[in-house]
Amino acid sequence: MWDDLDKLGPVLAMGGVATLILVWGFLPRGRIPAPRNTALLAVALLGPILAAAWALSLLTRDEAGFAFANSMVLDDFSYFFHFLFAGIAAAVLFSSQDYGKRFGDRQPEYYALVLLASGAMMLLAASRDLILIYIALELTSISQYIMAALQRDERSSEAGIKYLLLGAVASAVILYGMAFLFGMTGSTRLIAPAGEPSIASAIAERGEEMRAGLVLSVVFLIAGFGFKMAVVPFQMWVPDVYEGSPAPVAAFLSVASKAAGFAAVMRIFFEGLTDASISGDWADIFAVVAAVSMSVGNVLALVQSNIKRLLGYSSIAQAGNFMVGLAAISAAGGLEGAASGVLFFLAAYAFTNMAAFVVVIVISDRTGSDLIADYGGMWQRAPVLALALTLALVSLTGIPPTVGFIAKVYIFNAAVESDLVWLVVIAVLNSVVSAFYYLRIAGTMFLAEPRSRERIATSYPVRLALAVAAVGILALGIVPSPLLEVAQDAAAVFAE
Amino acid sequence: MLTALIVVPLIGAVASMALPKEREESARWVALLFTAIALVAAGNVFFALDTADAGLQFVDRATWIDSEVLSFDVQYFVGVDGLSATLVLLTGILFVVATLVSFNITLRPREYFMWLLLLEAAVMGVFVSQDLILFFLFWEGELVPMFFLISIWGTGRKEYSAIKFVLYTLAGSALMLVGFLVLGFSQGTFDMQALAEADITEAAISLHAVFLLILAAFAIKLPVFPLHTWLPDAHTDAPTAVSVILAGILLKMGGYGLIRINAGILPEQFDDFAPYLAGLAAVSVLYGAVLTMRQQDLKRLIAYSSVSHMGYVLLGASALGEIGLTGASLQMFTHGTITALLFVMVGLIYDRAHTRQIADLSGLAHRMPLAATFFVVAGLASLGLPTMSGFVAELLVFLGSIEAFEVQTVLAVVGILLSAGYILWTVQRVMFGPENPRWASLPDTDNWWEWASMATLAALIIAIGIYPSIVVDTLENGVLRTMEFI
Repeated sequence: MWDDLDKLGPVLAMGGVATLILVWGFLPRGRIPAPRNTALLAVALLGPILAAAWALSLLTRDEAGFAFANSMVLDDFSYFFHFLFAGIAAAVLFSSQDYGKRFGDRQPEYYALVLLASGAMMLLAASRDLILIYIALELTSISQYIMAALQRDERSSEAGIKYLLLGAVASAVILYGMAFLFGMTGSTRLIAPAGEPSIASAIAERGEEMRAGLVLSVVFLIAGFGFKMAVVPFQMWVPDVYEGSPAPVAAFLSVASKAAGFAAVMRIFFEGLTDASISGDWADIFAVVAAVSMSVGNVLALVQSNIKRLLGYSSIAQAGNFMVGLAAISAAGGLEGAASGVLFFLAAYAFTNMAAFVVVIVISDRTGSDLIADYGGMWQRAPVLALALTLALVSLTGIPPTVGFIAKVYIFNAAVESDLVWLVVIAVLNSVVSAFYYLRIAGTMFLAEPRSRERIATSYPVRLALAVAAVGILALGIVPSPLLEVAQDAAAVFAE
Repeated sequence: MLTALIVVPLIGAVASMALPKEREESARWVALLFTAIALVAAGNVFFALDTADAGLQFVDRATWIDSEVLSFDVQYFVGVDGLSATLVLLTGILFVVATLVSFNITLRPREYFMWLLLLEAAVMGVFVSQDLILFFLFWEGELVPMFFLISIWGTGRKEYSAIKFVLYTLAGSALMLVGFLVLGFSQGTFDMQALAEADITEAAISLHAVFLLILAAFAIKLPVFPLHTWLPDAHTDAPTAVSVILAGILLKMGGYGLIRINAGILPEQFDDFAPYLAGLAAVSVLYGAVLTMRQQDLKRLIAYSSVSHMGYVLLGASALGEIGLTGASLQMFTHGTITALLFVMVGLIYDRAHTRQIADLSGLAHRMPLAATFFVVAGLASLGLPTMSGFVAELLVFLGSIEAFEVQTVLAVVGILLSAGYILWTVQRVMFGPENPRWASLPDTDNWWEWASMATLAALIIAIGIYPSIVVDTLENGVLRTMEFI
């Protein structure tokens, strides 16, 4: 019991701090000072710090293995996402310090929800049981529905409602898929120690005879998770929700929520459904979804004038890139290679897109505008922000010496090894399309006349967040080996 | 030693950006210092190269990215043979020239010279890389500096041209990356030397497709008809120094890749496509020359003439013979110096007259005798006058290709006549003819930096024309090494 709880520690830390903040926010005013911005940030940061410290302690104590009757597992894959989500949560908290004032007296809720959602994502990545996956997923989603609507103006509310309705449908679809899977295999455990019932072992034994049913449930699962990962054709909510949500929430959705979706999908498909009788089928579906996502996302991003919408569509296209990795599993030994490629890309993308969104958050906060046209002359008004955003955009395009370049090369290589050359050709051509809109933003900041001469000040936490992200983008672009090794270790979980 | 070629400009870029705002004018001196050091290093590589040694020289090698789960081992692997060393020298020279002709840059000089130096690091990297992924990294690394150099310091429709340049290059290099990945996966290495030595017979897709994927990037860069349309726009709207670099070196990256990677690693596929490539080369030469004659803008004129002249590189390479390859390589070097001088001259004229319209410029020789002299030298070299460097290169190209591709070569020879036509006609219209009263007070070249850049280039052009062995001996070392793989 205590051992199980210990393994759940990082998640508990996030949840604990979140509860603390909520209680603090609800305490009667007067006797205890109302939570103020900086103090809230300091307390909220305890969440990711404690969680990361706990995860680190588990790691050094070598506490790997199953917990809670095989429903949860601590392995390198879980650790990878523990640290990733702790990092993303810290970055989002940091960058919303100034923006947070707009939430008024709902600030404590906002900080608590970020922590709750991130904690749930950690749990999601460590789940090896369909029921636990569903619970973690819902905890993540519900927190995010509220976050999207937190600004309580018309657009924010609309974003929240839209996200809630479509998200609920997606959850139901996932539940259908899970129910089918359970019905056919008689277990909710994806994988279990030898001798105990699990989905993987049931498919290994009777995979051929229930193939039709399995394909059906796979289609449901891909549709449902496709919504969470925001891939075409399940992406319709993305632009509206990103545009309407408060900027830090949009950042959180585009980075953390996406990574969580992929973590769950990798668990389910790479652990539960890897059997050769079925893996070829879903690899094909992933390949098609990848091609469509990249192409549709990029083409629609081209015509956007609102930067949050543009980043929304671009994140759909980027999800297509991750999908290339998921599709590249059919080759011999490709499972591990593809998985490490996706993990590397996820971490790289987290750095890069966070940097981009932090800039958008600050500019959106100071100018009150999300129009790309208003980024004209940003180089003169806020050189640090302009440089950071340019670096992030270059990395998103995949131009060296940034981490985005290595990520793309790595994932495309995995696909080439799996004989998916056609998909790689589509992917690289899409990179060219994306260069057009990414560089156009950079060009606007450096070339266009500024709309106003007023300089945009940046606070210390924001600068710190940007500096960390920028160093990450460049350093990992030049010396990718450390992250590569971590990603490979995490992916080694899927080696048979 | 080769690493210094990449690192010196990088340090220079940082030094330029690190200057305090009040002293931003000194950026040009910083740039001159670092490009000069790089030139010394490049000269050292060129002259210290043992032309009798058939292998790679000055090799630096280290594992850079190592993946256990994918066949994805990327090395930091640099080395040169005669071909690379010559192009490295050209790069060193032209970046000093580019810095000199940028001395009048007053708009945001620190950033300008930072991008210029970053560009030099990337180009040097392309020529010394011996690992496909490393090569690709430097190849792509050139895009961002070029984008900003053209779009900030250019003229005319500069943003359009900058983005067009980036998209064309990116499209080509994206396909090239796929080709590289397929090649690398088929042999389990991205080591160019190992790939060239290996007898590649099989890959995930047909090797002919791989060849075409890789060719796409080089054909765009070279540029080969019909993929050349980015070039006139980029040239016309780029600042002088960038035009010099673009025509002088960046186009050569295409020719270099064609010889080193397409011919060196996939010679059989090259052989299969050679007649078509030679045909395209002839079309490029003729089409470029015809369009050149119709240009009204001096920069566009030189840009189109580059399309025509780079056709010779493709033609010489197509025959896959020793003479042709030597001719193609020499053409790259000489075209680099000649076009650079032409662009320097045009920049100089534009700087004073503020127009590049040939019709407006008339009788400049009366006012600018010195400039006129250099312009004539460059022009004559460009049309391939004997004793000038262009002549030797073109002669070798034709000698090398005539046996293999008779028709294509004869067609391409016609290009010489056309180029004599447009060059002489242009010199006549711009420099001689009636004196336009508008230019009565035009000063001649009086700045030392203009002098220095023009004199250096002209001296090189004449020196190689009279005594080609200076570079041909070294180039042959590279050609012989390539021939071993073929």
